[in-house]
Amino acid sequence: MSATIIDHHRLKLMYDRYVRYLLFACAFLMTFIILSIVIFVGQQGLVTFTEVSPGDFFFNAKWDPSEGQFGAMSFIAGSLLATLLAVGFGAPLGLTGAVFMAKIAPPWLREIMRPATDLYVAIPSVVYGFIGLTIMVPFIRNYLHGNTGFGLLATSIILAVMILPTIISISEDAIRAVPGSLEEASLALGATRWQTVRRVLLPAAMPGILTAIVLAMARAVGETMAVQMVIGNTPQLAKSLFMPTSTLTSEIVIEMGNTPFGSAWGNSLFLMALVLLLISLLMIVAIRRLGRGSVV
Amino acid sequence: MMSARICDKIATAIAWLAAIVILGVLASFLLYMLYKGLPVLSWHFITGMPSDIRAGGGVGPELFNSFYILVLSMLFSFPVALGAGIYLAEYAGTGRVTELIRLSTESLATVPSIVLGLFGMIVFINYLGLGISILSGALTLTLLNIPVLVRVTEESFRAVPSYYREASLALGATKWQTIWRVVLPNALPGLITGITLTAGRAMGETAILIFTAGTTVSRQAGDFDLFAAGETLAVHLWYVMGIGLVPDRMEIANGIGALLIITILIFNLAFTIPGRMLQKRMTGTRQ
Repeated sequence: MSATIIDHHRLKLMYDRYVRYLLFACAFLMTFIILSIVIFVGQQGLVTFTEVSPGDFFFNAKWDPSEGQFGAMSFIAGSLLATLLAVGFGAPLGLTGAVFMAKIAPPWLREIMRPATDLYVAIPSVVYGFIGLTIMVPFIRNYLHGNTGFGLLATSIILAVMILPTIISISEDAIRAVPGSLEEASLALGATRWQTVRRVLLPAAMPGILTAIVLAMARAVGETMAVQMVIGNTPQLAKSLFMPTSTLTSEIVIEMGNTPFGSAWGNSLFLMALVLLLISLLMIVAIRRLGRGSVV
Repeated sequence: MMSARICDKIATAIAWLAAIVILGVLASFLLYMLYKGLPVLSWHFITGMPSDIRAGGGVGPELFNSFYILVLSMLFSFPVALGAGIYLAEYAGTGRVTELIRLSTESLATVPSIVLGLFGMIVFINYLGLGISILSGALTLTLLNIPVLVRVTEESFRAVPSYYREASLALGATKWQTIWRVVLPNALPGLITGITLTAGRAMGETAILIFTAGTTVSRQAGDFDLFAAGETLAVHLWYVMGIGLVPDRMEIANGIGALLIITILIFNLAFTIPGRMLQKRMTGTRQ
């Protein structure tokens, strides 16, 4: 009797060990996937350099595949400008919202704003793009006399809305995580709530806030559908906010369908994807440096 | 002293204003889409076959494909993500390998979806020969869901107090018995909320599916064939606005927009509220 119990227990322990290996395999699959992505996209993209010189690709704005011109500078510039402008519009609003949710909002309002930020994330990017296309673009065209209405202004406003939830939720967590004793000490010294927020809470929460901003940038630079619908899709360097231009993502999504796989044209689109991939990986490294781990 | 107080008042007012703008933009986006799209929604539109040239087509196959691809990708991603999340929450130490896994998960979560789409195109279509199909789309979408689900799982498991585990282990249960019978049931409410939010997000995903599931649909309604092309609602919205030739594309786009908004409202409000209530009851704490 006791022997079977011991056997049974041994079996359970053995089972325990194999489950552990299985779970580890699941976890290690993450590393396997990200490495495969870097390798496959990288390999396909780097083939481009057999036909196009790196200098031409990065520092030439002339994109005309039928003429063998593969200069992606205007797309890279478009992506970076749209991202920076989006953060410029979105970060102040999002950060103020985060301070409001963490310190000012009455509990009932906070209970509304939490699901609201989740809803912001859930709205599909094509819907953001469609709203941009049907409201923002005509508005810019008719009231700001902005040419066709397509361009960096429309793009960065839509992106600013799309990155709000990232900035709000991560900054709010960071502000909340500041020890209460710091805040109490400041208030006890006679500082007003605004002074406490500005001089104590925001500086203490700065690593978290910067993480939020970097993640928001990662989201903005990778956003495809909404951008493609309002940027105008013209391969030229934008000289103003109202000029139709293009980004890395919008160019890939428009042209990929028409390009033969393995051609110089197709490969240069993969190279653009590789540039995007490297930018987002760089941002992860930046966040790690900022000292906070959690993403998504 | 007076000016500091005025500054405080002004700052508070600005913060309220920011909150009103944030809620107002969201509300106006949702209401605009519903206002424009609800009149378009009819039984014929929701279940009918799409038309390429003439007006009056429906989005039946697209609606079906959206859910079909979503369910498939959740089926593929959930078991793996559950395993990985449990490993990170319950087993992982602080060694180099754990660091590498965490870094990989975070990196995967920030890879732009268009890049995942191109990767899926190389691997599932060119190397594995699955074609532009529902299966390729679902597999690629899996890559997008996995890192989010891993994080959801890890957080839900970490939220379970450690004395639950200690009590179980002290009674002689093995580690896996403890995880499966004690920790998992208590992590379930958080897990369900997280899965629903992830599914709601995946539902509207577009960039990843254009080159893997395609922009055409099977001619048979409700086709379960894994190798049929599987255009989804969100992809169709993009397609009719950008490339489509139908004269009533604005109506179709408005209708799809409303359908997508209704779906995410159901996912975000109706499905997550029971999970949140369950969580409050079971843990006695607020989220």
